[in-house]
Amino acid sequence: MAVAFDEMNIPGGDLRPAYQELARWLKETPPEALEYRRQEAELLFRRIGITFAVYGEAESTERLIPFDVIPRIMSGKEWALLERGLKQRVRALNMFLRDIYHGRDILRAEIVPDDLIFQNPVFRPEMNGQQVPHDVYVHIAGIDIVRVDAKNFIVLEDNARTPSGVSYMLENREIMMRLFPDLFARHRVAPVERYPDELLSALRSVAPQSAQGEPTVALLTPGVYNSAYYEHSFLADKLGIELVEGRDLIIKNNEVFMRTTEGLKRVDVIYRRVDDDFIDPLTFRPDSVLGVPGLMSAYAAGNITLANAVGTGIADDKAIYSYMPDIVKFYLGEEPILKNVPTWRCREPKDLAYVLDNLGDLVVKEVHGSGGYGMLIGPAATKATIEAFREKLKREPEGFIAQPTLALSTCPTCTASGLAPRHVDLRPFVLTGSKSTTIVPGGLTRVALKEGSLVVNSSQGGGTKDTWILDE
Amino acid sequence: MLSRTAENLYWLARYVERAEYLARTIDATLRVTALPAAYIGKTNEWDSALLTAGVAESFYQTHEDANEHNVVDYLSFSADNPSSIRNCIEAARLNSRSVRTALTSEMWDTINSAWIELQAVWSKGTSTREELAKFLRFVQETSLRFDGSAYRTMLRNDAYWFSRLGLHLERADNTARILDVKYHMLLPEEEHVGGPLDFYQWSSILRSVSALTAYHWVYRETLKPWLVADLLILNGTLPRSLASCYDNLVRNLDQIGVAYGRQGPAQRHARGIRNRLEHSNMNDIFQHGVHEFIQEFITDNSRLGEIITKQYLI
Repeated sequence: MAVAFDEMNIPGGDLRPAYQELARWLKETPPEALEYRRQEAELLFRRIGITFAVYGEAESTERLIPFDVIPRIMSGKEWALLERGLKQRVRALNMFLRDIYHGRDILRAEIVPDDLIFQNPVFRPEMNGQQVPHDVYVHIAGIDIVRVDAKNFIVLEDNARTPSGVSYMLENREIMMRLFPDLFARHRVAPVERYPDELLSALRSVAPQSAQGEPTVALLTPGVYNSAYYEHSFLADKLGIELVEGRDLIIKNNEVFMRTTEGLKRVDVIYRRVDDDFIDPLTFRPDSVLGVPGLMSAYAAGNITLANAVGTGIADDKAIYSYMPDIVKFYLGEEPILKNVPTWRCREPKDLAYVLDNLGDLVVKEVHGSGGYGMLIGPAATKATIEAFREKLKREPEGFIAQPTLALSTCPTCTASGLAPRHVDLRPFVLTGSKSTTIVPGGLTRVALKEGSLVVNSSQGGGTKDTWILDE
Repeated sequence: MLSRTAENLYWLARYVERAEYLARTIDATLRVTALPAAYIGKTNEWDSALLTAGVAESFYQTHEDANEHNVVDYLSFSADNPSSIRNCIEAARLNSRSVRTALTSEMWDTINSAWIELQAVWSKGTSTREELAKFLRFVQETSLRFDGSAYRTMLRNDAYWFSRLGLHLERADNTARILDVKYHMLLPEEEHVGGPLDFYQWSSILRSVSALTAYHWVYRETLKPWLVADLLILNGTLPRSLASCYDNLVRNLDQIGVAYGRQGPAQRHARGIRNRLEHSNMNDIFQHGVHEFIQEFITDNSRLGEIITKQYLI
């Protein structure tokens, strides 16, 4: 594997411009002071209760996601490029979804193979021909980006269902501002705090026509045991909307109401953080107690907007991912600004043969997997693991894709033995309303805390950093 | 607001109030049992602590007899006792999490920090009296902080009123319960009122509701059972008296009624109880029987809880 691009240090000892001020500050700041702030930050996170639950563990083991106090910095120019690329990609995602559930031009043009859609468990036939308000499917997208060199940002994954992590983007910034006011004074960091406002206006803008007056928005959570519950309550609070569970909602005459102390109140837009499968036991999983019986009928009647729409999973499927550059070209007639990771589709015999021959060098992912589970990182795996994966691949090739092990960029990070480079990725959050697509400057930087590790997922022990976009 | 949110706030306040009450009960009991036998007679104070906490029956399903060690453990830390202090704090924290949007950050911080401390410091219970004393102080301080942060930081809207309803309903229940148990245990005896036994029993009652000093300010007399009862039942200036709790319950329900533009059975029922308290005097209550009076009150009080639930919380 090539030596990774470091975002701060150019080999040979020079600094990249965006980091010069930080480097100066780091030189002046004794390591004990950094360590002290790190502990303070941890205490703050713990007290505020910014935790996530790990599935399969008792509730009492809510965990903190480790927070690294060294910010990751990007220049305004770099961000401008990213921003254009992200907006382009999300526009294409929305057009793709609308097409898949309506005219299906892209299938007829044979850009994307039919069976990848129709045999995909996350495809929702219930959405065929269904009009969604303002044709927006993915209101909130979390696009995972990695950087491989000074010029290239690459999309690792499109999260078009219920992407999480934005509360960390906002809280990380709050805590950094509290702990390092002087460091902020030396930089001009573009603010991220208007995200909740932008989210609320995007959600309001997509209210159904039947909404009366100011639309009522609510956030639907699976409840306190969900791993992202903190984020749900955080967002509801910042948006000033009710945080509802399925049992708080009731459907009458195909309209959605919430039970309040003053009786029933109509809801127009639901920012739902409950997956499709669980959202309406009458339509999807009948054993689900998280959803609302009859919600899909109200949806079909056009009386409620669900954000994100039902059936968007088809767009963040890893098999579809490999077609994204073609999807962008097909709908927008433009070259994609952001590249994909080269991807081998194991369903295609030629690709499979290559993958089987090169397992030791590749990352192999389950098409429907997430959270860093069920993947093979060839260069880091034992022979036995590789052989076990080889068998899995042969048995069910269509379940996997493979990618080269990318040399993800690194950023200086606090470790037990002082500052050291660690691999990072970035998840910016792209909002789409009825009129515009917006992104606040920044995102959630995730960092692999183990030396050499490429896995940044919080469920696999990754941490987070504040992400600074310099306003120039 | 969401019915579920109101319900959670209401129960959150009840759990915190209950935890404090249990801590006070244990504290008061410890004081009495520390006295030489000549002052306290043969009653088992730990039995009476279980009775006032309302958990005697469940306790004896798994225990032979009541002593300091097992009662303190049962009331404070037992996982089997749904209203042990630990379970109250855990339930309060779980409720807080599900209504975080309705809490101020100070309130959340209080409950969350208490829960963290409970796990970090008190997960194994206590083994010495010093530790126990520290633990009880921790519980009382948590409740004071919670109450204070609610009072100082919450908007005066339905969220505040529903949490106050929970607090006063629970408090009224606790005060009534402790009076009933003590009367039950003390009054059947012939009236050797004024002896040392009596004095310490009554002072322990007052201590458990934090009203010993208040008693002296109000009556400027030695401890007398009917005056203690008068203070705890009818005196509107004592925050834990039944009268005071009902003044608050009526006021909070009225505030909700005005905000929502609608009155209902909860308002009427609460007013009924308050009027009865207002028009009672201790003579009548003694004539009628203190035990009977309190039993009726406890029933009426929990009936109000049911009515509030039905009217607003489900």
